[in-house]
Amino acid sequence: MSNEKTCCCSASSCCSMESITPYDKNDKWVTDEILTPKGSVPVISTNLHFKDILGAWKVRWGIGRMNYKISPGLYAIGKPDHTSPVLVSANYKLTFDVLRKELSGLDCWILILDTKGINVWCAAGKGTFGTDELVNRISKTGLSEIVMHRKLVLPQLGAPGVSAHEVTKQTGFSVVYGPVRAKDIKAFLDSGFKATEEMRTVKFTMWDRLVLTPVELVAAAKFSLMVFGVMFLLNLFAASPFGLADFIAYTGAVVTGAVITPMLLPMIPGRAFAWKGWLLGLLWTLGFIWYSGWLVSELLLAMGYLLVLPSLSAFLAMNFTGSSTYTSFSGVIKEMKIAVPLIALSTIAGIVLVLIQSLKV
Amino acid sequence: MKHRYLKNVATLNLASEKCIGCGRCAEVCPHRVFSINERKAQIVDKDLCMECGACAKNCPTNAITVDPGVGCAAAVIIGWLTGSEPSCDCSSAEGC
Repeated sequence: MSNEKTCCCSASSCCSMESITPYDKNDKWVTDEILTPKGSVPVISTNLHFKDILGAWKVRWGIGRMNYKISPGLYAIGKPDHTSPVLVSANYKLTFDVLRKELSGLDCWILILDTKGINVWCAAGKGTFGTDELVNRISKTGLSEIVMHRKLVLPQLGAPGVSAHEVTKQTGFSVVYGPVRAKDIKAFLDSGFKATEEMRTVKFTMWDRLVLTPVELVAAAKFSLMVFGVMFLLNLFAASPFGLADFIAYTGAVVTGAVITPMLLPMIPGRAFAWKGWLLGLLWTLGFIWYSGWLVSELLLAMGYLLVLPSLSAFLAMNFTGSSTYTSFSGVIKEMKIAVPLIALSTIAGIVLVLIQSLKV
Repeated sequence: MKHRYLKNVATLNLASEKCIGCGRCAEVCPHRVFSINERKAQIVDKDLCMECGACAKNCPTNAITVDPGVGCAAAVIIGWLTGSEPSCDCSSAEGC
């Protein structure tokens, strides 16, 4: 292995090796290059810089989330050689950062598949983190000439897309599924590729749920702008125009469905997400109506909001099934067949009551 | 706190006679639905299954069947509206 600080690929004389993995020379996370029998490979840092942290924050809020990716190919951590382990991952930059920051002090190869900038689990579900892409990537990078062993460590959550025995049949590489979380990789490698039950179990902690809520909130906010637009237009000829109280009641229902329900998820009684959202939405709406004294002064409006707002929270909570780690397709279908008609009916009835009150027709 | 979703809905099925006890299903399952006893896989708690399909995909003898799908309401709605198969198409939809 070469210890040269820089590769002189631009000069013609000393280096005929081409880079296996293209990368942007401005990327701070590439610290060096390492020579292999098949060409040079970028060596990557195990430290995150400000730009990486800012990038993670942006995608959590849905900014540029669909185009946050790196080049697929082979990367190096430390000074790997032909005996070093090969870890396989996805080309979503957020995934890549979470992985590399756990690898300090290790010497290993990272084989990045082209998952179109999607994380391992979602990509495995879609099949882009899959058998075919893995087989192709192994041959494109010439991995079998770079390492002498024949073992790949895949993230466990890649398993819905990859057929381990099929990969072995087609490439000769055996597949070991590593832990669910990147933070357990060191322990996994140190113990001779053994994952504990704990390492193999997907969790969904309150923090895990909380980091997913900004994207839900941004989506709800886009929709809410339309609602506010309609309210504004109605105000032009309303007998009793919408005001701050209506705004707070509505926004509270959105936050209840898109943030509070996901956060408190396992503590809310019941199992269906729409039910959980509806229940909290009802509590919010009842509380707000009681506080505003609408039950006495504006009964029609109160009834209308009691029909609309909990339904809105229910709908937003139901959408969180897509972010959750434990809902089955069959379960979601069953839930929706009951919840969607109820939400629709309740919302329509509620809107009619609110309009009657507001326009005094 | 353990998360539990709806009961008696998962399409997971294990044909024990085909099982060779390799343990792949127990290795890949993110919710620990399987255990291996006397060289045979067993379904311990079917209601924990989220139908990700990892077990079936990695079973070398096709002893496991499951209708894999995304448990994502937004994807289902888009599927209903467009008349297509629900797919967790994160590139167009929000969420997931």
